[in-house]
Amino acid sequence: MNTLIIARAELRRIFLSPLAWAVLAVVQVLLGFIFVNVLFDFINQPGFGGGFGASDVVVGQVFGFATILVLLIMPLMTMRLFAEERKSGTLNLLLSAPVSLTEIVLGKFLGVLGFIVVLLAVTALMPLALLPTTDLDVGRVAAGLLGLLLLMGSFAAAGLFVSSLTREPTIAAVASFGLLLLIWLVNILGYQDGVPFAEVIRYLSLIEHYESLRRGVFNTADIAYYALFTALFLGLTVQRLDLERQ
Amino acid sequence: MTDPDILIEAHGLTRRYGHQHAVQNLSLTLRKGEVLGLLGPNGAGKSTTMKMLTGTLKPNAGTVAIKGVSMADAPKAAKQSLGYLPEQPPVYGELTVDEFLDFAAGLHGMRGAQRKQAVASAKRDCGLEEVSKRLISNLSKGYQQRVGLAQAIIHRPPVIILDEPTVGLDPIQIREIRSLIADLGRNHSVILSSHILPEIQAVCSRVMIISRGRAVYDEPLTATEHARFDTVEVALRQPPPLAQLRDIAGVAEVQALPGGARFAVRVQPGQDPREALASAAAQGHWGLFELRAVTRSLEDIFVELTSGDALGVAA
Repeated sequence: MNTLIIARAELRRIFLSPLAWAVLAVVQVLLGFIFVNVLFDFINQPGFGGGFGASDVVVGQVFGFATILVLLIMPLMTMRLFAEERKSGTLNLLLSAPVSLTEIVLGKFLGVLGFIVVLLAVTALMPLALLPTTDLDVGRVAAGLLGLLLLMGSFAAAGLFVSSLTREPTIAAVASFGLLLLIWLVNILGYQDGVPFAEVIRYLSLIEHYESLRRGVFNTADIAYYALFTALFLGLTVQRLDLERQ
Repeated sequence: MTDPDILIEAHGLTRRYGHQHAVQNLSLTLRKGEVLGLLGPNGAGKSTTMKMLTGTLKPNAGTVAIKGVSMADAPKAAKQSLGYLPEQPPVYGELTVDEFLDFAAGLHGMRGAQRKQAVASAKRDCGLEEVSKRLISNLSKGYQQRVGLAQAIIHRPPVIILDEPTVGLDPIQIREIRSLIADLGRNHSVILSSHILPEIQAVCSRVMIISRGRAVYDEPLTATEHARFDTVEVALRQPPPLAQLRDIAGVAEVQALPGGARFAVRVQPGQDPREALASAAAQGHWGLFELRAVTRSLEDIFVELTSGDALGVAA
């Protein structure tokens, strides 16, 4: 219950800041631009898509581009969560209130998750606009959206952790961007010849697990990967806040 | 069984930052109905002590119990009985006063109608009714401080802990906040920190002086106000010979102070020669224009106990 109260306040504060609206607007404009481009590509191909369906071409590509976009915006959405509270002294309000650290961290995470859901809802509108005119594979769109949700949730958890390390929101943004990009790109190393444990490294990359969902394959292992990734960073955040009181 | 009148019992609190001891072996007891003032120069460890009392900082050693509930073992239950206003009011500028207080009430486990009522009464007590719908960031520092206070009392905790509540306010705001604290002191027990002496004197019933992380003085304020005095200072326009003053009943010793008109009259233990002095002065036409007992003021005590700090810094 405490978690929900914190989550509600967090979500409210996110949408009271102009940043959230700016991010939503920019994401929408850029995805719209990509969507239109991809749509023209699809129409102009011989045989209307060259054997691929609208779901493959349009949804796959739009969601593929969306991952890059969320990599850029999620650090901005998570940078303030703890850094700003620490800077302005409001963290004391939460720490001296009769709530546990786990409730605080979960509340903040759920608040950001609320924003993510809103962002996904407006993103989903574009592919869904094709529904009346094409035989869109709704299941595949859903898998892609679920993938994005899990991916963004993981980004949010990592960003939340980085934000708990510092009191400067901008430092938190830069650092979490660096961290996310590193975990994202770690699979490049996994594809190099002669790298030990290449399999493991590839498996750890954030993006590998999204690929299958984007292709419409719902694999429990991928879901578990993101769930564990998120839980790990939320747990680390709780530890970090506890350490701060020591 | 613990004494139900003891609201805070802190024992042997110690906190180190690196090698520096911010607070060292400090013990503190707060009883029902007390307004305890923590007095100390800047950096003496007042804020650190309060952070440990409120559970936002863990002590390296020592225990804190709020109403007999251990802060280390049951932090949630212990914090429920506490209201805390840190040095910087912990308010979200982007929320309105109503929204913020509603959130604060929710954090303390209040729901529904109870929550609405709590917000309304906290606003009434802190004089925030006219600004309910305004954004906190648009309020003056004084009003933000009041919002911080309202947040601390919203769940009607038996104990309120206020860290330098009047810092950065203008003189009128300071008076308002002080009278607010004095009002709160009637129904709550309060711990208040300050480095401003008149503030402590104005609102506190007991004072604890902290110097270099140690409690060096802990007495009811009345002890300093009605302290036994051993000297009376008297000022006369036409002073008689010193011997004549010395002959007045109850006087032990008389010393002329620089300037010629003032005399320090040492009093015999347990005696009060002030009336006798006044009537003798009237009969002898000495031109009495000032007569006062020299008590050890809180300021004297404070300077005496903490001046080591200044020396330490200078060295």
